[in-house]
Amino acid sequence: MRHVLTPDQELFQDTTARFLADRAPLSRLRKLRDDPAGYEPDYWRDGGELGWCMPLVGEDEGGGSVSGRGIVDLSLLAYEFGRHAAPGPLVDCNVVAAALSGQPGEMQQNALGEVLTGKAIAASCLGAAPWQELGKAGVTIRKDGSQLVISGSVRPVESASQASWLLVTGASDGGRTQVLVPASATGLEVRPLKSIDVTRRFGQVTFADVHVPESAIVGTFAEAEAQIAQQIRHAAVILTAESVGAMDSAFDMTVDWAFERYTFGRALASYQALKHRFADMKSWLEASHAISDAAADAVADASDTADEVCSAAKSYVGQQGVELAQDCVQLHGGIGVTYEHDLHFYLRRVTLDRLLYGTPAEHRRMIGSMQIKQDVMA
Amino acid sequence: MSEEIEPVEAFRLRAREWIKANLGPMQRWDMSQHCESDEEELEAVARDRMLQRKLYDGGFAGICFPKEYGGQGLTPDHNRAFSEELSGHEYPSRFSVPTFSPCASVLLEFGTPEQKAAHLPAILKGEEVWVQLLSEPGGGSDVAGITTRATRDGDHWVLNGSKVWTSRAWWADWGLILTRTNWDVPKHRGMTVFILPLQQPGVEISRIERLNGESESCEEFFTDVRIPDSDRVGEVDAGWTIGTRWMYHERLGHNSPYVTTPVGSKGQKSHEPSVVEIARKAGRLDDPAALELIGEHRALGIVTHELQRRIGDAAASGKGNKDLSSVDRVFRGLASVRRATIAFDLAGSDASVWDENCENPTDAVGMQFLMRQVSCIGGGTTEISRNVIAERVLAMPREPSGDKGVPFRDVPKGPNRSR
Repeated sequence: MRHVLTPDQELFQDTTARFLADRAPLSRLRKLRDDPAGYEPDYWRDGGELGWCMPLVGEDEGGGSVSGRGIVDLSLLAYEFGRHAAPGPLVDCNVVAAALSGQPGEMQQNALGEVLTGKAIAASCLGAAPWQELGKAGVTIRKDGSQLVISGSVRPVESASQASWLLVTGASDGGRTQVLVPASATGLEVRPLKSIDVTRRFGQVTFADVHVPESAIVGTFAEAEAQIAQQIRHAAVILTAESVGAMDSAFDMTVDWAFERYTFGRALASYQALKHRFADMKSWLEASHAISDAAADAVADASDTADEVCSAAKSYVGQQGVELAQDCVQLHGGIGVTYEHDLHFYLRRVTLDRLLYGTPAEHRRMIGSMQIKQDVMA
Repeated sequence: MSEEIEPVEAFRLRAREWIKANLGPMQRWDMSQHCESDEEELEAVARDRMLQRKLYDGGFAGICFPKEYGGQGLTPDHNRAFSEELSGHEYPSRFSVPTFSPCASVLLEFGTPEQKAAHLPAILKGEEVWVQLLSEPGGGSDVAGITTRATRDGDHWVLNGSKVWTSRAWWADWGLILTRTNWDVPKHRGMTVFILPLQQPGVEISRIERLNGESESCEEFFTDVRIPDSDRVGEVDAGWTIGTRWMYHERLGHNSPYVTTPVGSKGQKSHEPSVVEIARKAGRLDDPAALELIGEHRALGIVTHELQRRIGDAAASGKGNKDLSSVDRVFRGLASVRRATIAFDLAGSDASVWDENCENPTDAVGMQFLMRQVSCIGGGTTEISRNVIAERVLAMPREPSGDKGVPFRDVPKGPNRSR
């Protein structure tokens, strides 16, 4: 994490850590693996009261952050989520809240108010991602008189079964469109999916020609590219900060193990072959902290390089987070692949975080395209 | 520091004016230390000496060196401001490292007033280029295991042995050398530092050709070279105290406040092709696999930069473990290896086999690939840095050693090492 925090940020982070340790300890999460939501009733609501979904929204709309740099505060929160492998749709609720912020529609403002307080859950259905060709998008949104028609299917969508509101991204003629759809809309179907993460829930959302009024639009028809880019940046910051938290937990418990576990009369920590692996992991860990913090700062500063830094973070932490967690499993030996041990919670966390909002390969190709564009202009 | 110091911003404006009026645009010689021939290199050296003299005459040489030794007596912030203003301009690049850091920095810290008066102004005027004589053919990472000996003879010392990996020694003027002066104490307690002119009888300098054809590094053989005791730096047998600071200044390198070197590149294009250019020449710009490699190359560059900043910030705030710099060293080494491999992959066969008559050859990429491990060897191997991270950052048990507490004479040495 950062070397310098404001006292308010420290308090915010500390409060979150204590809340998560109390309300969502691993012993409890282990038992909730077959629970439909993955957390106890009131958990998300109480988190909402702590301001979990507010950092990216201004005070005038009911949001607010402790430092005035909302995305940085949110990264501190996400880090604690990772450290505790905590459940709950932190990414999507914040991404959607930010997307709805400043939107004039009545439905949008109602949804925003509910999401901010933790009363309702929002999900993002990224049916036409920036790294996908428009023609290959899973979801389309077309105009039909004064209505918009949504068709297609998208997965994985986090907490799809729990969500009251869905921000749907689809391909339209000439660009991408985003609309806000209530989960109760006719023709919308959610099918729960199985996943490798026991603490989070995912679903597939299918739109069988779902009709919504034009007022459901978020932004402008076929011109949502800039706002989608901002949502990807927000998600990249939250997901990488969360992964770094999970990496820290996995690494710390593996270092402890290396000191405690003796073999051939020596601690594991005394073998040079293993020491060098720990050294490499430490370098990945420090680099992941560095790039994740840099991404949060770049977004907070609205820097010109924010896209590039966020994609660098998402691709680097995505790849190396999983490598680190798997190395931690290897260094634990057999105990590392048991359900009884805590390590797998962090392995699952980084593995899913790697996938959501663009894989390392997808983000590298986006950086590659930016590089070629810059080269052509130079 | 009690007298009034010029405010940084005023200094910056004055520097900007002076640079604009006196220095031309950055040249190929500034961007790469590599020259096509010895003649060209000597020409580049002569130009660097002239540029350093120009800085001195303009009142901008040795910004953080004391005034009494010809410097400006200003702060690291002034040096940084000047370095920023220097961006995109020609500058005496062959003086930065190792002349200013570590050599002049070590002299400033440990030299006698006479030594400082004799050499620091000469360095600042461009009259002396220095090299560091540290590594030996018998071992690189184990710096304190040196066997080059200096033996006392009245008010002189007699030097015998050899040093290696000394860049530019074939034309440089002076050297800072770590020697063994006492074989009857453990290794860290029997070393002494001296300074000596390089171009003198008894110092035989041979060039080492690297596998890429460059022969920038040298090996020096010393046979009964006489050094006056007045050229000893620090106390007899206390060389390791200096050595640790010496290596600290070496690690700082271009980041040292004693080194003035352009910051950033203000639109300057490096003479080396970008990976986008490499992919374009290979006709692979629309290949998704190539696009991914270009992105990975760039991402690693960004992560490397941010990691360096994080570790620098930790050091500045005094919160981080000081050995975290080894984390940076390992990361940079491995990232550089990966980036060289990506460039090589993108270039296709032209990086390995090329027509020398073609325009814009990519053969440099092939050579860089062959040389890629240098980033994990030079300045201390990544293996040593991994030991440092494990032992000093993560507090894991130290590796067993055969030389701890043993008189250096009795330390086991390989069959080819002198006793």
